[in-house]
Amino acid sequence: MSGRPEDVPPVLDVRAVTKAYGRGDALVRALRGVSLTVDRGDYVAVMGASGSGKSTLMNILGCLDVPSTGRYLVDGTDAGALDERQLSILRNRKIGFVFQSFNLIPRMTALANVELPLAYGGLKAGERRRRALAALSLVGLADRTRHEPNELSGGQQQRVAIARALVTAPALLLADEPTGNLDSASTRDVLNILDQLSMAGRTIVMITHEDDVAGHAKRILRLVDGQVVEDRRRSPVAGPPPKLAGVTA
Amino acid sequence: MNALEVLRFAVRGLAANKMRSGLTTLGILIGVAAVILLVAVGEGSSQAITQNIQRLGANTLTISSNTMGGGGGGGGVRMAAPQQDSGPRTQAKGLTVADARALADKTGAPSVRTVSPVVAAQSQAAVYEGAGHTIQQLIGTYPAYFDASNKPVASGSYFTNDDVLAARKVVVIGRTVAENLFGTLDPIGKRITIGGVPFTVAGVLKEAGSAGFQDADDVAIAPLPAVQQSLTGFGPLGQVIVQATSAETVDAAESEVTSILNARHGISGMAAADYRVFNQAALQETVSAAMGTFTVLLGAVAAISLLVGGIGITNIMLVTVTERTREIGIRKAVGAPRGAILGQFLAEATMLSLVGGLLGVAVGVLGSQFTIAGVQPVLVPGSIVLALGVSVAIGLFFGGYPAGRAAKLRPIEALRHE
Repeated sequence: MSGRPEDVPPVLDVRAVTKAYGRGDALVRALRGVSLTVDRGDYVAVMGASGSGKSTLMNILGCLDVPSTGRYLVDGTDAGALDERQLSILRNRKIGFVFQSFNLIPRMTALANVELPLAYGGLKAGERRRRALAALSLVGLADRTRHEPNELSGGQQQRVAIARALVTAPALLLADEPTGNLDSASTRDVLNILDQLSMAGRTIVMITHEDDVAGHAKRILRLVDGQVVEDRRRSPVAGPPPKLAGVTA
Repeated sequence: MNALEVLRFAVRGLAANKMRSGLTTLGILIGVAAVILLVAVGEGSSQAITQNIQRLGANTLTISSNTMGGGGGGGGVRMAAPQQDSGPRTQAKGLTVADARALADKTGAPSVRTVSPVVAAQSQAAVYEGAGHTIQQLIGTYPAYFDASNKPVASGSYFTNDDVLAARKVVVIGRTVAENLFGTLDPIGKRITIGGVPFTVAGVLKEAGSAGFQDADDVAIAPLPAVQQSLTGFGPLGQVIVQATSAETVDAAESEVTSILNARHGISGMAAADYRVFNQAALQETVSAAMGTFTVLLGAVAAISLLVGGIGITNIMLVTVTERTREIGIRKAVGAPRGAILGQFLAEATMLSLVGGLLGVAVGVLGSQFTIAGVQPVLVPGSIVLALGVSVAIGLFFGGYPAGRAAKLRPIEALRHE
């Protein structure tokens, strides 16, 4: 939290968020009051055992779900105060989401999948194509634009998903176990891309339960039973991510 | 996100599932085409039956004698029957020309327009210059018969009242007779012999087509006295055809005819009549009622097939949307507004049901050009509108409603959907 000018709001500002599912005996309290802020340029790994509430937290951060209580601000905007339409604009412009299971739309080419957020954002076809191609070449898939998801390997699909999350230049990139379904080579590729993005100044929040993966982040949060029990900073917000620190130094 | 963009997403969505899109379209196509064809066949057979009845002649009463206790009704086969034989009634009388004259009396029977006494001779051998043909039915009658029984001539002329008075041997022959005797020659004015008696052909009847098992064109019609003199003798009449002044007066004519004949034949109170009156209008009413039932039945079948087709559309639309709930979740997660998702699915449903419906209309219209099971279908425009409208409405509702519901879900709920 150091060195941040007062007039620039944090990218993420979560205030005492709780989330409960079900009711009565079946009540599950997935989050029991989580507060955290993430500044621009930070690279945060959220760790925790399964059932610790990290996926629930991620879905709330991505505006895919709503908290039971508490407030949540993205880039200074209170997500709880937005209506359906404004929320869809927020998801479109401010947030890029990478899922563990890729979630590409089947029978649509990689290019069309990446163009999708831009289409909903109202961009013209030419501009859309240019930016989608740029995003795809950024993740090293410039030669796979015409392939459909079932013609791509898991690592390639995840890279298409990252390109789709990046293409709108969002303030926040959320990744929910992005390497959970990948082999070690693809994991390296994906983490390398995330490192490069962090290097370029993107704000990234990633969920993982693997220490090697978390080792790429500048800051590690540990979640147990719906509460943050550890918040450890490994390198400064403004600097490069730990794995690239040696390269640039 | 403009409308064109939404439309393009819809086309892409349909193209992504070519098999299912094709089958849905086929289902709608068959449903719509079935309804259109079914109604067309029903309408076609209804019209065919009505035409067949009208061919018998309109507004007419057929009176036949009943001396033999109910033998053969409308065929006019009773010419040769002896009238004073061992029937159940001692007083039974045959129909006579005098009866016919009495019926033509305007004061006693104001509702009667014309009266045609009829004698008929079956299976008469006709010869023209070596060509022979057995005429199924030779009818002797008055000129009014042509109008009353709806038998116009196609060429030549009718015989006249003068011909009747003079008992001239002239004859109007049916199409079948003309073809068998003359082939391509013009029969008008030629002399033929019927049962050994020479007749001059005055005219050829318009083709009537076969009515049931009888060839309605295998007839010859000559003046009553000419037939009686030469072929049947002056016995009782086979029938008297009475034409009422209009369709509304047929029933009045029937009661007038009945009272006149009762008086002339001495029938009163309990005694059974020795003649019977066959009312064409009554037949027509009966058949109309039957056709009404038939139409209701066909309508019910059509409604059921439309319902089944509609359930098919509903089912496929529900499956399509449910199966793609996850896709809806993905689209929402990348920032699709609800309107864009709803628009895409509505456009997909519209395209499917409209394309399927229009193809169904095309198939139905095309199919109704062919004769189906001996019936020439007649298109009913209402059925096209109804079938198309119902299928499109069902497609829209059951494509749009679940899509709208899915679009309202929180993205995470849609994404978790498997």
